[in-house]
Amino acid sequence: MTINEQSGFQSLWDYFCSLKLTMFLLITLAIISIIGTVVPQGALPPEYLQTISQNKLKLYQALGFFDMYHSWWFILLLSLLSINLIACSIKRLPLIWKTITQPVVVMGAGHEKTLSNLTTIETRGDASTLRDRVAAILKAEFADPLITETDGAFHLFAQKTPWSRLAVYAVHLSVLVIFIGAIIGSLFGYKGFINIPEGESVGKVMSRSKNEIDLGFAVRCEKFSVAHYPNGAPKEFKSILTVLENGQPVQGYNRVPVIVNDPLTYKGITFYQSSYGKFGEHEFTISDPNGRNPQSLIIQSNGSAKLPDGSGICLQETTPDISRFMPGLSGPAAQVEVHLANGENKEFIVFANNPAMNRMNLPYTGGKLLQYRGGEEFMYTGLQVAKDPGVWVVWVGCLLMVVGIYAAFFMSHRRIWVRVENGTVTVGGNASKNQGGFQIFMERLVTKLKDQLSSEDNK
Amino acid sequence: MTSSLLFNITTFAYLVSMLCFFAFVASRAKVLGTAGSAIAFGGLLLQTIAIGLRWKESYSLGIGHAPLSNLYESVVFFSWTIVLIYGLLDLKYRYRVIGAFVMPFALLGMAWAQLGLDSGIQPLVPALQSNWLLYHVITCFLGYAAFAVACGISIMYLIREIHERSTPANDQSIVATFPSGRVLDDLNYKSIMIGFPLLTLGIVTGAAWANYAWGTYWSWDPKETWSLIVWFIYAAFLHARITRGWAGRRAAWLSIVGFAATIFCYLGVNLLLSGLHSYGG
Repeated sequence: MTINEQSGFQSLWDYFCSLKLTMFLLITLAIISIIGTVVPQGALPPEYLQTISQNKLKLYQALGFFDMYHSWWFILLLSLLSINLIACSIKRLPLIWKTITQPVVVMGAGHEKTLSNLTTIETRGDASTLRDRVAAILKAEFADPLITETDGAFHLFAQKTPWSRLAVYAVHLSVLVIFIGAIIGSLFGYKGFINIPEGESVGKVMSRSKNEIDLGFAVRCEKFSVAHYPNGAPKEFKSILTVLENGQPVQGYNRVPVIVNDPLTYKGITFYQSSYGKFGEHEFTISDPNGRNPQSLIIQSNGSAKLPDGSGICLQETTPDISRFMPGLSGPAAQVEVHLANGENKEFIVFANNPAMNRMNLPYTGGKLLQYRGGEEFMYTGLQVAKDPGVWVVWVGCLLMVVGIYAAFFMSHRRIWVRVENGTVTVGGNASKNQGGFQIFMERLVTKLKDQLSSEDNK
Repeated sequence: MTSSLLFNITTFAYLVSMLCFFAFVASRAKVLGTAGSAIAFGGLLLQTIAIGLRWKESYSLGIGHAPLSNLYESVVFFSWTIVLIYGLLDLKYRYRVIGAFVMPFALLGMAWAQLGLDSGIQPLVPALQSNWLLYHVITCFLGYAAFAVACGISIMYLIREIHERSTPANDQSIVATFPSGRVLDDLNYKSIMIGFPLLTLGIVTGAAWANYAWGTYWSWDPKETWSLIVWFIYAAFLHARITRGWAGRRAAWLSIVGFAATIFCYLGVNLLLSGLHSYGG
């Protein structure tokens, strides 16, 4: 390796270790992350496509703006951040490790000058007596000291929470652990969605990446229900689910209620209450006002169709018995909305056995008589399905991060050195954080040392 | 006594407290500073009772839940956490004048909530029916509040710096009551030291809840992304502390930008963007 190559490598290494790179990456990540909160991500809604020009659409697509958090440049920035974290740790950790495992136990003259909390106490008594007294006080007030003898003087060294120096590296490590968890999840897990009609079972899931995944078991929806508050706001969406192995209910997974915020997990796959709906078929007839020439019209639940005059009709709601809503009337009924040629929308109710009432709607149905015949309707439940074997790694990372941040901010490595000679006690100390608090502690400790050493002098 | 009346009195107390602090800055009369913080503490106590009372009232309505479920309740809670964090800082460091730059945030929140937002107690929608709501909202808002305090302190730092550059320091100047630039820089850091772990906890509890309720701990929803943006900015702030040339003025600006991002994360995302947090928490 030539000197040039070496310095080239060295400067690249220094670049990856630098805080300047950290600052650049954090600020850049903060700024570019905004893009994905303004530009829609994933499947683009039709309303958005209408507002954007073709050129812009192509540009955004080419730049990966519609899936920016998985784009190569976003991943590159996250990778650079990871390299930055690792490089910083490799550079600084060995020295920190040495500070923790091989502490300086003797306060020499050079070391003494670096300490801001330094006091010399003049007292009487020989070194070994003083040593024992100071050791006892240190043990009671701070931590058990390590005693070394050199050049006729005794050196006492005591420290607290030296490992708190590692906390910041634990936080850095936690970021990497979370990334690893996320990678495991995206490689070995999947997210999908299933709709299960009441009474039916489903054994395959369509994943978000449009792959069909065989669950290896089946899930049956026994029942789906919605409960409401008195003011009409939804209170609870509930599916009763049964897990089936070879068509047989599994012990403990029979008729399990699943609500929002309370999912069902079986064999590492979790089912979350996510949506619901109705489906079924409804029959209507269209005839002349007197009932002649009837034609059948089938509309799906919440579906739409065309009337003979070309206007659209949407089926909103049906009931097998209208008397619950309109006392005095009876039989099945359907609420529909018709989009009239003049652009107006008209909402009305079509009955199964009340042609007189139905005739009142003739103006909206092109002069034809629309009647409801009835239909069959099922509720279905929409379940989000997720398998994520990396999630525990992510939680371990989060825990490490929270504990690490706490320790990094609020715990300090405090060290105290004492040199005991005949008639002189020199006390010094330092702290990795919260210098102010440590200074107050040191002042109190020195006062106590002075008091106790001099009071025992006079005995 | 209803919670609504108590919230009105609280708003008034915060107004008086803020005016006392302003008068303190202008007159340098110590008694005004003491009055300002005493009234702020009184208001905090009233607001605490009012929040408890609103909680109880929701149970009397048969829809009992912690008062953290809509925009009104979250703004009120945000004000409460701002005064709480300011109070803790005041008890520990006794720099009264900081109140002049923090109480306006608390007052703004309360005034907006009382005058402009629907204060009705609504039943909890299914998505929010979880204990995670409590942990998530409390940690997030305590974090936001610490950032609000840091922002106030940073504004003081910048005012002091601009003022000192134009006029030589003297006892009559408007910044005479301010702590020194070094102390302000340190207090800015200390506030963010409180806020950052809480924001981290807030994001983690949010992720845990999302994973529990929806099966994804992170889905790049605008609210999630903005909380991460805020986290990046304050992470940059913390690293700025140990980078040469980034302490002082640049740190103050980062703190202000961080709080602006926090407010956008809290309000802007709900009012301007669409996503999973549309109920306003």
